[in-house]
Amino acid sequence: MNVSLLSQPLVDRDEYMTVAAARSLHDHSVCFVGIGMPSTAANLAKRLHAPNLVLIYESGVIGAKPTVLPLSIGDEELAVTADSIVSVPEIFNYWLQAHRVDVGFLGAAQLDRYANINTTVIGDYDHPRVRLPGAGGAPQIATGCGEVLIIVRQSRRTFVEHLDFVTSVGQRRGDADRAALGLAGRGPVRVVTDLGILEPDPDTGELVLTSVHPGVEVSEVLEATGWTLRVSPDLAVTEEPTAEERDTLRALKMAGSTRPHD
Amino acid sequence: MAEVVSLTEAIAELIHDGDAVALEGFTHLIPMAAGHEIIRQGRRDLTLIRMTPDLIYDQMIGAGCARRLVFSWGGNPGVGSLHRFRDAVENQWPHALELEEHTHAGMANRYVAGASRLPFAVVRGYAGSDHIHHGAPNVSTVTCPFTGEVLTAVAALRPDVAIAHTQRADRQGNVQLWGIAGIQREALLAAERTLVTVEEIVDTLEPRPGASIIPGWVLSYVCEVPGGALPSYAMGYYARDNDYYVQWDSISRHRDSFMQWLNANVLDLQGTA
Repeated sequence: MNVSLLSQPLVDRDEYMTVAAARSLHDHSVCFVGIGMPSTAANLAKRLHAPNLVLIYESGVIGAKPTVLPLSIGDEELAVTADSIVSVPEIFNYWLQAHRVDVGFLGAAQLDRYANINTTVIGDYDHPRVRLPGAGGAPQIATGCGEVLIIVRQSRRTFVEHLDFVTSVGQRRGDADRAALGLAGRGPVRVVTDLGILEPDPDTGELVLTSVHPGVEVSEVLEATGWTLRVSPDLAVTEEPTAEERDTLRALKMAGSTRPHD
Repeated sequence: MAEVVSLTEAIAELIHDGDAVALEGFTHLIPMAAGHEIIRQGRRDLTLIRMTPDLIYDQMIGAGCARRLVFSWGGNPGVGSLHRFRDAVENQWPHALELEEHTHAGMANRYVAGASRLPFAVVRGYAGSDHIHHGAPNVSTVTCPFTGEVLTAVAALRPDVAIAHTQRADRQGNVQLWGIAGIQREALLAAERTLVTVEEIVDTLEPRPGASIIPGWVLSYVCEVPGGALPSYAMGYYARDNDYYVQWDSISRHRDSFMQWLNANVLDLQGTA
């Protein structure tokens, strides 16, 4: 283990993001976890304040307790530590669609002011500038869970006025809110970024900046957003990670050393 | 009853140019060796079906086997893009690739309908997503005759051929699988013709906690292919080669390095299967 890195006192912005996302998960809740940053944050929560958090991965793994961070949603580490392994139709039908999951935890390539997510394509669908991986389980996670948590780094490239493709629906599409679309669940209740925390306006569903991480100016968050971002009158500053949160996160990331990013 | 044959024979018998072929395995037990044999035998114009195209379809697309891809998530898990897939979609290299795109829940239920010999399956969760438009003509709506609720209907998937990899088979071609089971049973039961490659063929399939058996009488061919899922994993046999998944990012990023890899690791191994 890299001791010099562990003892480094300063917290970087990705660490603020991951810790803030982990804090959003409650003990004893059931969480459907996407791979990458969501998985890192969920596993951090499980090591801190939420030891009874139930982790579900779309490969059919229920109640995973990985000792190291998985690289994929179907790593053997998830399978051997699980309470149960079920088939892919079963995880989507009997568990996700049947509303047995409290929190869906997603990443995003792009999102708009209503927390609609694009992970499919940048540019025209038939002649894309960038072809992204696509939907995977996300559209049903976004609609089948009690609520949704999104973790994503904030920039003008990512936080855009207009999505080229809505892969997973957030709070609203045009005139139709979730109720009008017939969707169960509260949808995205929090977007945690490397700059701060955004939450939907309860009336309109539009994301509002509710917290900035220490050292981040509001102007910087506005600059990193491709629409005119609303700022809460009760804007908070994210609480500093504790030494325990910081060290647990660093140890977790160092143990999962094959991870190429995040 | 499944015939136990060599991989070369099985692929030659089963797969014809233009077929719709599903190689399934969800992170675990991906039938990589079978995919490589399809590349070696030079099959063309295939409709490749798979929830998570992964490295194996990146390789088959780059090698020019595919005309159409039916899928729900096309990335290198935890690493990033599938560069050969992207090059085909963005730049039509080595040629154009038609896409039919679904969600995981949609694909999984399409296989369930196919395995059940029903025309379609019913799912929720498409409202508000552009996916309702891009799985055409295989995504539509249906009104429940009991409640009047409007639901999403996904058409049954009936591949010409399905291929899976499992841990073991006996000499009668009954195959045993444990660990993450993914969508393989549904894919095999949805297809017209099937192949299961296995780590080993044994005299007797000893019971194992959590293991399931697919009877040989629903399968066409079984082949013994040790290591046939590498660099994915086979629980009880070998671990996932995560480093290889990371290395694939640079191997596949450029056409030259990909072609070099393809020649050295697939095409030059003619007759070894």
